[in-house]
Amino acid sequence: MTMQRIDIHPTHTYNQFKLRCGKPFPFGATLVPGGVNFSIFSSYATACTLVLFEKHAKAPLVEIPFPDEFRIGNVYCMTVFDLDYESLEYGYRMDGPNNFQEGQWFDSSKILMDPYAKNIGGRDVWGVHPDWNDIYHHRARIAFDDFDWEDDRPLEIPPEDQIIYEMHVRSFTQDPSSGVKEKYRGTFAGIREKIPYLKALGVNAIELMPIYEFDEFENSRPNPETGELLLNYWGYSTVGFFAPKAGYAATGKFGMQVDEFKALVKELHKNGIEVILDVVFNHTAEGNEHGPTISFRGIDNKTYYMLTPEGYYFNFSGTGNTLNCNNPIVRGMVLDCLRYWAAEYHIDGFRFDLAAILGRDPSGAPLANPPLLESLAFDPILAKCKLIAEAWDAGGLYQVGSFPAYGRWAEWNGKYRDSLRKFLKGDGNVGDVAQRLQGSPDLYAPTGRAPATSINFITCHDGFTLMDLVSYNHKHNEANGENNNDGSNDNDSWNCGWEGSTDDPGINRLRQRQIKNALALLMVSQGVPMLLMGDEMGRTKLGNNNTYCHDNALNWLDWTLVERQASLLQFCQHLIAFRQAHPVLRNPAHFQNRDYVGSGYPDISWHGTKAWYVDWSSAHILAFMLCGKHAKQGQVTDDYLYIGMNLHWQAHGFELPQLPSGMQWHVFANTGVEPPADSCHPGQETVLEDQASILLGERSVVILVGR
Amino acid sequence: MEINLKTVEDVKIAVLVGDVDASTAPTVTEQILPLVESHGKILLDMTGVAYMSSAGLRMLLSLYRQAAAQESQLVLIGLSEDVKDTMSVTGFLDFFQISDTVEAGLASLT
Repeated sequence: MTMQRIDIHPTHTYNQFKLRCGKPFPFGATLVPGGVNFSIFSSYATACTLVLFEKHAKAPLVEIPFPDEFRIGNVYCMTVFDLDYESLEYGYRMDGPNNFQEGQWFDSSKILMDPYAKNIGGRDVWGVHPDWNDIYHHRARIAFDDFDWEDDRPLEIPPEDQIIYEMHVRSFTQDPSSGVKEKYRGTFAGIREKIPYLKALGVNAIELMPIYEFDEFENSRPNPETGELLLNYWGYSTVGFFAPKAGYAATGKFGMQVDEFKALVKELHKNGIEVILDVVFNHTAEGNEHGPTISFRGIDNKTYYMLTPEGYYFNFSGTGNTLNCNNPIVRGMVLDCLRYWAAEYHIDGFRFDLAAILGRDPSGAPLANPPLLESLAFDPILAKCKLIAEAWDAGGLYQVGSFPAYGRWAEWNGKYRDSLRKFLKGDGNVGDVAQRLQGSPDLYAPTGRAPATSINFITCHDGFTLMDLVSYNHKHNEANGENNNDGSNDNDSWNCGWEGSTDDPGINRLRQRQIKNALALLMVSQGVPMLLMGDEMGRTKLGNNNTYCHDNALNWLDWTLVERQASLLQFCQHLIAFRQAHPVLRNPAHFQNRDYVGSGYPDISWHGTKAWYVDWSSAHILAFMLCGKHAKQGQVTDDYLYIGMNLHWQAHGFELPQLPSGMQWHVFANTGVEPPADSCHPGQETVLEDQASILLGERSVVILVGR
Repeated sequence: MEINLKTVEDVKIAVLVGDVDASTAPTVTEQILPLVESHGKILLDMTGVAYMSSAGLRMLLSLYRQAAAQESQLVLIGLSEDVKDTMSVTGFLDFFQISDTVEAGLASLT
């Protein structure tokens, strides 16, 4: 017989509800023997009331004011016994000062969501119109957090071996062409069905655009031209940081999104695929002073948000407000949140949206030693998680190469994108491109940061898809209903001779070649390649470079492309397999530009149309060779690789560097020839007839293997 | 919630009728857990269960864990498509042996 704890007995009663003073830790609602422990903090509230609902009920079941003796410091904590916690929804009312200029927004007429809510109802099924008269929209619920992980844990793939696939949960399988069962389309369950596709593609990490609970109806409005409703589709606007989006779960209608997402993570891990979450800690869904009161604003406005001296919201995020993330209390919440996702969901890494904001102080000034970033970097629970910064913000702080990293933080390398795009369109600077191809040592080596610090990408959710990058000179965002004023104007794109889709076979061939050139360079670069969902099969968004608001074919992946762009997809699969087969492409440390293993060749050498000679003033021509004996800093032996790049509009002969005796050059890929001869399975390369030189057609890239 | 128990040779069969949720799951556990014995065989006939809530699924997994600890076999019979789908996408189904009918379930026991 186990001994009974005495705290299973109530000490107080309120309207027949049995209560006891709760525990301040952990914050949120926690199942305890016999009841639920509710804990919430507010620095300035003068009183707090717990509001309980039965699931989906319009009116509360009961409102229980916290007795004075249940407050410890600024924390209100209470255990309520004998609750049907499966069908329970809870919120709070907070009393306190209400003075705009002082930044105080207390209003006890509002029911507030728990910032630590682990399960949030109210938008249970995607796209179902909310009842705008509801007194409580985003409803905190209890999560069980007892998932049976068996022997699963985060995969801890070495950063330099990662190949990331950036995707949007709903967009991935919502289109009927996905072949996914209708009730699973656009959900975590849908992704699970497509794991075989991801494995065949060869990626080993998926990066999910925001999956924290958000409101797709935030700022929803009809498209002025078509009348179609424009939504907060991408979800870069968080309602609750601790809860997965119910509308992304096929079981959201049963409130089982927590289990469904965990089951997806477990299945991905079984298949060798990591899960990285795109997290948005720079602002919340409460918007500016005209936005809704959901949670933070009514609990502790002055604590959670950066405020101007007049009481308005600073807007470094470009979305209305800025989370006050270097306030010690908010910092604590962010840390609690990430620890929770790492421990409870086995998440492998996080990509931080507009991360430069996380280095600003409460008045917005950039900090030299931002405590939040430091805490995350040194946290024991997050110790093996990948931390990736989008190292800029909407307030003009650009920190690519200088993000406060503490030896831990990787960066979305915007300079890689810009440099490679210019090079591809024939407007490059080969000296700059050379830096990007070898993991941007100019940015990272001086501070001792590894090549894998650089998350290399040419396209991402923001901006053109790869197909659109070679099909449009200008953005075409009219469908967004903002007179084409939204979205970036700096795309470094080139339409190959015609704006938009065309039947011209010559232009289409050139576009295919340009896409392949981009994919080839991405996959042979040191650092971590990131592929945008659909770029492996020529996905288009019709020139729209900012599709944040479209719940339609502009965002939904068209799976008929798998057939229609079969040769492109195969080329991409070959390239990814090639990267996986060659450790010399995935070095954990920067090149030293010398021979330190006695092979007679430097680890990396640069070439042009002449071997061992580069015209660094060229905009178009560059080649490099990797010495296989230097793979992984000489720890393993690999083949020699030669990558020749001719982004000129004319063909050029490239003289090849001589291999060690007994070795020969073999062709793995040549974007200048038509498929299927453009690439092969790694290991099945055919020997090059002329070992001394190779002719590269106009705008083409060749990858050779020396063995 | 209705639970009928019967025994066919060395197999215990529990027939559940009704929804299993937080309010009924404890009753189910109370009645079925005593059936778990070392190297035992249990069939849960769920043909009459239209809905399993999160708490219901947890009850099942908890039963499974206790059966497995005693090297008992537990087979779920006649899951509705909805229940099966929910169990599949939330990972619960991975743990269970399932059969369409009691006869097939009996045949599947070793």
